Amino acid sequence: MLTKQDYQRYHRQIIIPEFGEEGQQKLKKAAVLVIGAGGLGAPILQYLTAAGVGKIGIVEFDEVSLSNLQRQVLFEVEQVGSSKGQKAKEKLVKLNPDTSFELFEASINASNAMAILKGYDLVIDGSDNLATRYLVNDASYFHRIPLVYGAIFRFEGQVSVFNAETKEGRGPNYRDLFPTPPPPEMVPSCSEGGVLGVLPGIIGSMMANEAIKLIAEIGESLSGRLFVFDGLDFTTHTLKVERQKNNPLSGDNPSIHELIDYEAFCMGNIEKRKIKEVSVAELNKKMTENAVWLLDVREDYEYQIANLGATLIPLNKVKSSASEIPTDREVVVMCKVGGRSQKAIEILQAQGFTNLVNLKGGIEAWRNEIDPSLPAY
Amino acid sequence: MKIEITAFGIAKDILKQKRTEVEISGEPSIAALRKELISNFPDFEKLASLKFAVNTEYVSDNYQLKPSDEVVLIPPVSGG
Repeated sequence: MLTKQDYQRYHRQIIIPEFGEEGQQKLKKAAVLVIGAGGLGAPILQYLTAAGVGKIGIVEFDEVSLSNLQRQVLFEVEQVGSSKGQKAKEKLVKLNPDTSFELFEASINASNAMAILKGYDLVIDGSDNLATRYLVNDASYFHRIPLVYGAIFRFEGQVSVFNAETKEGRGPNYRDLFPTPPPPEMVPSCSEGGVLGVLPGIIGSMMANEAIKLIAEIGESLSGRLFVFDGLDFTTHTLKVERQKNNPLSGDNPSIHELIDYEAFCMGNIEKRKIKEVSVAELNKKMTENAVWLLDVREDYEYQIANLGATLIPLNKVKSSASEIPTDREVVVMCKVGGRSQKAIEILQAQGFTNLVNLKGGIEAWRNEIDPSLPAY
Repeated sequence: MKIEITAFGIAKDILKQKRTEVEISGEPSIAALRKELISNFPDFEKLASLKFAVNTEYVSDNYQLKPSDEVVLIPPVSGG
């Protein structure tokens, strides 16, 4: 079932003894779903397309933005503002016209995940938030397909393989590794925490490698192992991951039988932590009615790009500059997406402040819902 | 007992460095290590649900530490 052109194109891997024609045929018959065409998605999609995976699904709803180009090497400057999924597909088709692509221009969530994963042999998670990671973990478990996991932060990356078929039954999954998500501000996204551009290139390539091995059924995958890479000092750790008896998804007494509300699962109980929130719509209304005291805890260079005229006290100066913040009226605290402002409120509340409110979604939400003319970064 | 821990992700931020030496008085368990870290770094409380890995395997909180143990803390990261 390999064509003459297949032998020519894939010659360099077909001649590898462990891989061979058999490996290539398995790739050709396989359908792999890739969540996210971003930092991790860029190398994953390119290398799986190049390797000859027969069908590749791409789940991506976002548009190309300038800050993507620092690491998402699939895109070009002229494509800023265009659909990432469509531009990814256009480029990949030029790399390998024999690959069949299925594009899902949607955000994967509990109501569509089971349908999206249907028919795929393997899923690779290149998403950028914790809730999606738990969602894809559970959905791949219910579909009984392996999940290649990878995640990045600054100079670090993690890689593993979940839910793979092994001699001892199904391998461990994400909930065996991280049963309880920490509070959201402890798991910053690339946007809040930062990432060196080449990092997802490294980690994503490793993820593509795992996917190829699993499909071609060669070598040993990372099932049962968590690989951790620190690019800053070039050290690695490989930890053993084991199935946990009390895993609510796959343990001895499963209590999760269908997809849950993952946002709620990851948010924890905001009320319990006593932080009041206000939406951008509510803030907008407040600001038109009377003067609101606004505190912005971002860095100066961020403030220079876009701001709402708030008083700027960067997060690391909040504790020492607390006397500059009024205590006698409501103060709305903001940052880029709502994580740092939450942290600032915690710091100030520990000093006795009781008048602080967090701007849910931050400046990003304001740009999306109130004023799209605000520059993005 | 002096224990060195290697921290990744946000734990590295909280502890302000990748490698931290912690002095545990009394029973040298992971639970005691956790308590010591929280008392020196209050934010560490937010990572209370994370397991520590000792010599490449995850251990429970009542694991008894030895001075030669390599302790690693790897929180979830979610960038993609």
